[in-house]
Amino acid sequence: MYKGHFGKAQAERLLWRAGFGPKPGQASRLARLGMRGAVLSLTRPHSRRLVGPAPVLENGQPIAPYDAWGNDVLWWLDRMVRTNSPLIERMTLIWHDWFATSNETVNSQRLMIAQNQTQRKLCLGSFPRMLKAMTTDPAMLMWLSGAGSTKEAPNENYAREMQELFTLGVDNGYTEHDVREHARALTGWTNTWNNATGQAENFRFEPKLHDDGVKVIYGQRGRFGWTDSISLVLSHRNHPGHFVTRLWSYFCPEPLPASHQRAAEHLYLSSGRQIRPVVEAMLMHPLIHSGPRMVKPPIVQIAGMLRAIGRHIDTDAWVWESSLVGQTPFYPPNVAGWEADRWLNTGTWLARFNLTAQMIDDSRKITAPKVKPAKPARVKPSALTRRALAFWGNPTIGQATIRALNSYAKSAAVDAASADWEREQYPLLAEGALRALVTASPDYQTS
Amino acid sequence: MGTQNPSAACACHDFNRTEALRRSAARPGQGLPAIEPGMPTPAGTGLSRRGFLLGSAGLALSVYGAGRILDPSRFEEGIALAAEASNQPVIVSVYLQGGIDAMSVLYPAGDPLYGKYRPVLGLSAEAGPAFTEDPRLHWHPKAAALAQLHGEGKVGVMPAVGYTDPDQSHFTSRHYWEVGATQADLRSGWLGRYLDIAGTADNPLQGLCLDESLQPALATTRVPVATIEKPSSYAFWARDVWGPPQEIMYDYFDSLGRIGAGARDAEMAKAGNAALMSSTLRRQLLPFQSEGSSGSPAGYPSSTDDFPSRMASIAQLLGAGLPLQCVSVSTQSVFDTHESQVKPLETGLEEVSQTLLAFQRDLERRGLADRVLTLVWSEFGRRAQENASAGTDHGAAGCAFVIGTRSAGRMIGEWPGLAGGLDELGNIRATADFRGLYCSIIEQWLGHEAAPIIPGAAGFARPVVVR
Repeated sequence: MYKGHFGKAQAERLLWRAGFGPKPGQASRLARLGMRGAVLSLTRPHSRRLVGPAPVLENGQPIAPYDAWGNDVLWWLDRMVRTNSPLIERMTLIWHDWFATSNETVNSQRLMIAQNQTQRKLCLGSFPRMLKAMTTDPAMLMWLSGAGSTKEAPNENYAREMQELFTLGVDNGYTEHDVREHARALTGWTNTWNNATGQAENFRFEPKLHDDGVKVIYGQRGRFGWTDSISLVLSHRNHPGHFVTRLWSYFCPEPLPASHQRAAEHLYLSSGRQIRPVVEAMLMHPLIHSGPRMVKPPIVQIAGMLRAIGRHIDTDAWVWESSLVGQTPFYPPNVAGWEADRWLNTGTWLARFNLTAQMIDDSRKITAPKVKPAKPARVKPSALTRRALAFWGNPTIGQATIRALNSYAKSAAVDAASADWEREQYPLLAEGALRALVTASPDYQTS
Repeated sequence: MGTQNPSAACACHDFNRTEALRRSAARPGQGLPAIEPGMPTPAGTGLSRRGFLLGSAGLALSVYGAGRILDPSRFEEGIALAAEASNQPVIVSVYLQGGIDAMSVLYPAGDPLYGKYRPVLGLSAEAGPAFTEDPRLHWHPKAAALAQLHGEGKVGVMPAVGYTDPDQSHFTSRHYWEVGATQADLRSGWLGRYLDIAGTADNPLQGLCLDESLQPALATTRVPVATIEKPSSYAFWARDVWGPPQEIMYDYFDSLGRIGAGARDAEMAKAGNAALMSSTLRRQLLPFQSEGSSGSPAGYPSSTDDFPSRMASIAQLLGAGLPLQCVSVSTQSVFDTHESQVKPLETGLEEVSQTLLAFQRDLERRGLADRVLTLVWSEFGRRAQENASAGTDHGAAGCAFVIGTRSAGRMIGEWPGLAGGLDELGNIRATADFRGLYCSIIEQWLGHEAAPIIPGAAGFARPVVVR
């Protein structure tokens, strides 16, 4: 457990790792609870409210999450921005990545949102319940070919990924034979197609499609069905290790020390495979509060920037912006989810930089003072930097970066300006550039 | 979504494994990270996903860990120098995502067992042009553009390429192809190792990936490489910022980047390196800004995805004299066709074939064709027996193509036939080894000894790939 100082900077980091960054003043308030109190306030929120105006499109109309393109993304992003229980949304994002399902294939915003709601509901509960729910979730049944996998033609897709990605890890104690036998055990799920809408519906288990023969999985014989499949994989000796390693990886880039890893596995098992106690222990770990920094996932950064400037969803620009920065919710690149160690490259860095321009709507533009002074006032570069930082809710930025920002402010607003109009204009332009440079800084890209 | 592809058929692709990526901290300058220590590695594959990590700022990854702080001006100089001597051979690696069904691309209509294995998906002999080197095989009708190039003697076809003890995980098998060995723990790509020997420390464009992130084949341990989505779209903007404050702002990308790159913290370093490389790239690509256009470039098929325009960009960058040597790009079409494969395979294959033809013509027009060899590959083929969902599951040997005016244009290996050509899992046996192919490309095309680049190079037969 972390014993060090827990101030605003630590609270700010916690909010980025376990949420979507602070709203103005939120980090200081959280810091007053102390580390333990802060963590518990996130893992056991008193309420799960969305605070602020409901999302709208540019034309002022409400969003249509089930029906209109991209509105599913806005629906969730809005929750990330407005939630007062950020860990719930962050855990939902974690489960969305863990059981990564893409609407690219599912092709139903309704089914995707239903899956998302299930993940939200179960996000801190029992992992076995989560796995059961995901195994039989309609979007998942579509995504990994569970629906339509029959006795005559078992489809290996879900059986493979259940082990490889969801519970054990690649090649971690199972064979191709186990994949095929799990596939047999998991047969029997099906759906009907609505001819009018072209949509899949009525997802169900049909005993006559199920292979009720004897299977051998991990050396055990039985007439296994889908619940047995889940029990077997959850009882596998390599499952707790995979669970802890993967869960921890969402919060910290450095692996847990071996003894702490074992303790977390033990906690997982002794709690009856509950998620919340493990998350609580993880969020109180010293590596979270004083360990290495971590690149912010792109959608977390988008939501966090919106939270910081108090902007609510009022445009669908965030849909394509999320694609450019490399993380569109409901559209993970594949079943392994997003590649969290590859968030930053020359392409996504460009997109992250350009985000700032999109964040600044007309009401947030930098404008010249209404009353023009007789002669241009003396510009203090550090004041421009301070204003740019204040725009983003005063994030914690290292001294070296502050110096670089001040140096920019001096070059652009003072040194480059000679004519009177330049001395008037350049400080305004420089302040705009500083807003972008703040969020482009390595300090801001990480938490 | 705007960037999504209608031909993405199915979801089991594990080629880029998040989990391991997330677990691992990038180790700049050291290539692909190691398998994580705590992970049991049973005999056989035991490949950790971490092995796939290619560093966030892919390109940045390789450079800075060597203990140097990047000096972008040095890159510009290096690139200028390399460009002066830019008559070097270029290899373009095109990855068909997801394991394309070789038995559809070159379908064995003349094989007596074809109908048995492909009762639903099978095509009639008349449907597609005959493959002139083996009367049993026919080109898929949507691969007509490839057949045309083949007719011109510009395509070396590998109808069943793979390796012994094939692995059916996308992740593992792709890893093997990317690193050029069936070794789980190899941490650099085969082209990366070539560049480590033949490349320079100051030209990141020598290994260029046109994608969101670097393809592992280009992972180096010593020299820099780069990635870019599209050269023409590389424009930074900040609202209401223009003139000198804007120009000076660009300079400060480097200042901020150096602060991160010089930090002890690995993730700060990643963010810093991303800034530095982005800044360098911005300067390099300034001349291309005006060429930016939406939609597909002239001669290339129109598409909702970026594959055609990325291929066009390669020709454009080469035409501009930039010193590219190893280039990688992957299709956005996903060929992991577990269910209802007809339509997505048709759409994807048509786009790929037409793009490859357009690319070849583009190179020929620009007088670059004799300098460029294109290798088209996928991590595996699919099972001979179609499944009950009108799709195909993961298989073993697949197809690959070596395209160019200098391609030998001859079949490499052979189609093994469905009677006797399948392994015990019902997958097609390889009649050519991808490592032998790589050795040939390195030796015959790039003019380098393969031994220091491909592990066990001495043991592989070298097909003739270049004329």
